[in-house]
Amino acid sequence: MLRSKTTWLLIGKRLGIALITLVIVSFAVFFATELLPGDVAEILLGQAATPEAVAGLREAMGLDEPALMRFLGWLGGLLTGDLGTSYVNRMEIAELLSGRLANSLRLAGIVTIICVPVALSLGIVAAMWRGSLLDRAVSMLTISVISVPEFMVATLAVLIFAVWLGWLPALSYGVNVDSLGAMLRAYAMPVITLSFVVSAQMIRMTRAAVIETINTPYVEMALLKGASRKRMVLVHALPNALGPIANAVALSLSYLVGGVIIVETVFNYPGVAKLMVDAVSTRDLPLIQSCAMIFCVSYLSLTTLADMIAILSNPSCAIDDRFLQNLPFSSPAHSPEHGLCLQLDRPYRPCRHAVLGGDRRRRTMACPISAGRDRGLGLFRPDER
Amino acid sequence: MGWDYFGPMSGEFWMGTDYLGRDILSRILMGARFTVGIALAAVTLAVAIGVVLGMIAAVLGGWFDTLLSRLLDAFNGIPSLLFGLVVVAAVGSSIPVLILTLTAIYMPGSFRFARALAVNINTMDFVTVARARGEGTAYLITREIFPNILGPVLADLGLRFVFIVLVLSGLSFLGLGVQPPNADWGALVRENIEGLSLGAPAVVFPSIAIASLTISVNMFIDNLPTRIRDRSD
Repeated sequence: MLRSKTTWLLIGKRLGIALITLVIVSFAVFFATELLPGDVAEILLGQAATPEAVAGLREAMGLDEPALMRFLGWLGGLLTGDLGTSYVNRMEIAELLSGRLANSLRLAGIVTIICVPVALSLGIVAAMWRGSLLDRAVSMLTISVISVPEFMVATLAVLIFAVWLGWLPALSYGVNVDSLGAMLRAYAMPVITLSFVVSAQMIRMTRAAVIETINTPYVEMALLKGASRKRMVLVHALPNALGPIANAVALSLSYLVGGVIIVETVFNYPGVAKLMVDAVSTRDLPLIQSCAMIFCVSYLSLTTLADMIAILSNPSCAIDDRFLQNLPFSSPAHSPEHGLCLQLDRPYRPCRHAVLGGDRRRRTMACPISAGRDRGLGLFRPDER
Repeated sequence: MGWDYFGPMSGEFWMGTDYLGRDILSRILMGARFTVGIALAAVTLAVAIGVVLGMIAAVLGGWFDTLLSRLLDAFNGIPSLLFGLVVVAAVGSSIPVLILTLTAIYMPGSFRFARALAVNINTMDFVTVARARGEGTAYLITREIFPNILGPVLADLGLRFVFIVLVLSGLSFLGLGVQPPNADWGALVRENIEGLSLGAPAVVFPSIAIASLTISVNMFIDNLPTRIRDRSD
């Protein structure tokens, strides 16, 4: 599909904002951990250290350089893959991280594969039969899961599946498993917990996205024409809700970042989050910084992705340039709130995202209208502002 | 006398005993002081700062608005639990640090919310009239904008309170929040997590305490009349 310049401008702007955000975030992460009271060299050497030894270590670690220079050096290292060495066990951080990162990504991947189909179908079905028993049950369950901390979902899962039913081990013991059964057992608890947390968000957002589309005039019109509820949702509403739904999926996957920290700790799962929580207890600052940056980057990419999907899927942006020139406005983002319907000769609200065409000379645009009992395609002249 | 650890519910200990044989009911009642107290302090600070800055940004506009919005949006780009982890790693955990950290995490969101509301009000006729009368920024903010955004801001405060309770419990659960011998509800779950495999009430009741607080506040906000909860546009 041909995209208008405006769309690409918006996308570029969003990417720029993401980059600036990333710089500010890395700045915050670096200085939160670097500018702490007390000196890292003193902490490392303990109380018995001589001032000479502390000074020597400070010089060796480059701590006597100005903070800004160290920040730039650290940032440069991050970009080139040189993450520095751990304070505690003198190992290369990149080496420490690589295996852990793979474990965490595997966990996140499994959860995504399970969550997306389940959450999407539940969300869509709940929106389709809004107010039904199923819808109310799903809403009740999701709001409960969202309202409680992640560790409580984990505790409840252990209580039900390991203690009462005795199906699964309470803790996940390592990832080096040989048989399929052992692997399933090792992954089951973390995956179940995370899936609940993430799909609760996803179901709610999907349901909201579909309901918003169902509430538009053109879907109402389809219903008035006698289309069945199933047809109304699947044929009329769903294609237009795809963008918002994709947005909801990306956005709810960003809840993985917070959830994974708790879940890996509870179940002793050897991922990045466990590494980071352990590093916090030993105050291993370079390791904390690297782990924090991994989480920030994944969080930021997911939210940026969600925003870009929203921009790309917005139909008022999807009109190509030739079409745009005929519209009475410079930018589709400025479609007006109020105007005069030429056929009905009275004010009404146009459907914001469904401008079908327009005429710059006559200052009119065509879009679906919904004014009291009158529904249909209408010619519309926006109020001068 | 029941000095057993992870004791069951009994007439003497209504909610059982914890890993040291202490009464869970009194631990939960004491924990409420930390969970509710810290969360209330943090949410009040966060919303107060956020709303004041948001209204100033909306009224002044220009580079002040752009700079502040961009900067605080960037802080929104840090996952909340992670922010807490990093700060606690750097400065150690104490109650003032917890309150300030939670304030810092949730202030940007409050700013964003208040600014969006205030921008809407700022373009309304009565504000234009006040400005034409020659009223200053302080008058516009306190007399024209603030009374009109108060309802939604209070509803937002309730939701933010729930988020703060969740993050605080999460931090305490990781052992980075309220430190022993004090314990908030998250720390109570952590202390007694060993009893989970025994099905001890000591780990269940603190969880129920958190859930009943957060779910009830959520439901209360959800069922507020629309005219209070929603943006008044």
